[in-house]
Amino acid sequence: MPRVVLGKIALARSGDKGNSSNIGVIARTPAIYEFLRRELTGPVVREVFREICKGEVTRYELPNLLSLNFVLRDSLGGGGTRSLITDPQGKVHGAALLHMELEVPAELLP
Amino acid sequence: MTDNSPRVLRIANAQGFWGDSQLGPLRLVQEGPVDYLTFDYLAELSLSIMQKQKMRDPQAGYARDFIQVLENILPTCQQKGIRIIANAAGVNPAACRDAILQTVQRLGLNGIKVGVVSGDDILDELDALIASGEAFANLESGETIDAVRQRITSANVYIGALPIVEALEQGADIVVTGRVADPSMVLAPLIHEFGWPMDDYDKLAAGTIMGHLVECGPQCTGGNFTDWRRVPDMAGIGFPVVEASADGSFVVTKHDGTGGLVDIHTVTSQLLYELGDPENYLSPDCIADFTSIRIEQAGENRVKLSGIRGRAPTPTFKVSMSYADGYRVLATLCVAGPDAVDKAQTLAEMVFERLAVLGSPIPEESRFLELFGTHVLYRGIVPTAEAPHEILMRIGARGRDRKALSLLGTEIAPLLTSGPPGLTGFAGGRARPSEVVGYWPALVSREKIPTRVTVEEI
Repeated sequence: MPRVVLGKIALARSGDKGNSSNIGVIARTPAIYEFLRRELTGPVVREVFREICKGEVTRYELPNLLSLNFVLRDSLGGGGTRSLITDPQGKVHGAALLHMELEVPAELLP
Repeated sequence: MTDNSPRVLRIANAQGFWGDSQLGPLRLVQEGPVDYLTFDYLAELSLSIMQKQKMRDPQAGYARDFIQVLENILPTCQQKGIRIIANAAGVNPAACRDAILQTVQRLGLNGIKVGVVSGDDILDELDALIASGEAFANLESGETIDAVRQRITSANVYIGALPIVEALEQGADIVVTGRVADPSMVLAPLIHEFGWPMDDYDKLAAGTIMGHLVECGPQCTGGNFTDWRRVPDMAGIGFPVVEASADGSFVVTKHDGTGGLVDIHTVTSQLLYELGDPENYLSPDCIADFTSIRIEQAGENRVKLSGIRGRAPTPTFKVSMSYADGYRVLATLCVAGPDAVDKAQTLAEMVFERLAVLGSPIPEESRFLELFGTHVLYRGIVPTAEAPHEILMRIGARGRDRKALSLLGTEIAPLLTSGPPGLTGFAGGRARPSEVVGYWPALVSREKIPTRVTVEEI
């Protein structure tokens, strides 16, 4: 199976709430949504963000929007004005997740 | 009001945050049809900044940007009958009202009704509320409020749409509020114009989701978008406009001729922005279920949303408090050379060692060092850049001892003459400590938060 970055088959938007960030992932097709629902689990995203996210990752499903929503707790270095890191609002978390690599069945690729 | 209600109501949000482009509101009122314009000025910590401004100057403490915007758009709004709702009053509704009155007079306009909604600011009532049994435990950590009670600098309740509806019923052309849930500013005119009952939760949820979609302005018309190369004319990006129908369905669009893109992906991206549990999106007006949304492309730059379901709101309002949480300092320095990373590590050790010698040691857990250019934003996700020839050293600390932090600022420049070579970019002067504003989200019983609405004609 071809190894591609997530950005090839999905879009993402991320933001903050206190010291947590969320990443919304949108599958580019219904078949990709089913694939991501199986493969892109909370623990997988937790592992990808192991050096950034110090807390739990919770995943929510939005099949109507072909989307998954991940909430990453304790991922912003304290959040708000406490945080000294360059991205205290998790603005880049979505773009970062899109760089993870996955083995994707060739027929799913756009 | 249902008998003469318009077929569609056009609502646009002209300001996504305090400091957003002044071009947004101007283009929205000039370049296409709009019935209501909302302005969102308040991020989580904005009110603590306004509280500080008010302490220095009793006439400050609201979004002064709003007054400048009014100056530019009010004549057009009056001419076209566009009504304005803004959470611009911050922590000083009286001063905001005065500034609006002066602006209206300066512009030589008359017959304008200004509504002011207050009651969100509970800073002075905190002790009484605590005595009445409100715990104000931290929503994120569960901690009790005792730890920060004496250091709280602002406390504001996210109130809902109702007081804004009341101001509109009294004929207000401009409504200003303090803290209000962002989507409630968009929901209020829908309740007012369509006569939606406050227990028709599906419709309230639809209006809430409209508000969620437009609250960050162009983030739903192609801004901050993964497929940005597909977005035409980003410089001229149009702010979003919702065309709402009385049944709760609506179309997201933007004015003809503006740049940007409205398609299922740009709109879905914004639906997911700052989202928690999609089945339980809490607002003071209802609980909205994002998994009920049906979304379809309904023409060029037109996306239709329908089928939205909602439920009754919780018995509590959310409160956002801020408290003084010590200080922080952050200095930056450019480090060049194939061994830039080693140099920066050495420099950081030098700084912290010198502070210890000076008698102001900074404990390890309070230190901060980030080497921008080594893929810090992608840490662990893409391979670390092996030997970047230039990095930005970001060195700092947090703590209660302002003097020690200020010394850190003074020990950066000396590195240029006493450290490894290849250091530059030391401009803009010494880094100085600034106050850290802690964020304390909590809940409060609804019935204990009375709101006040005043409407007066100028």
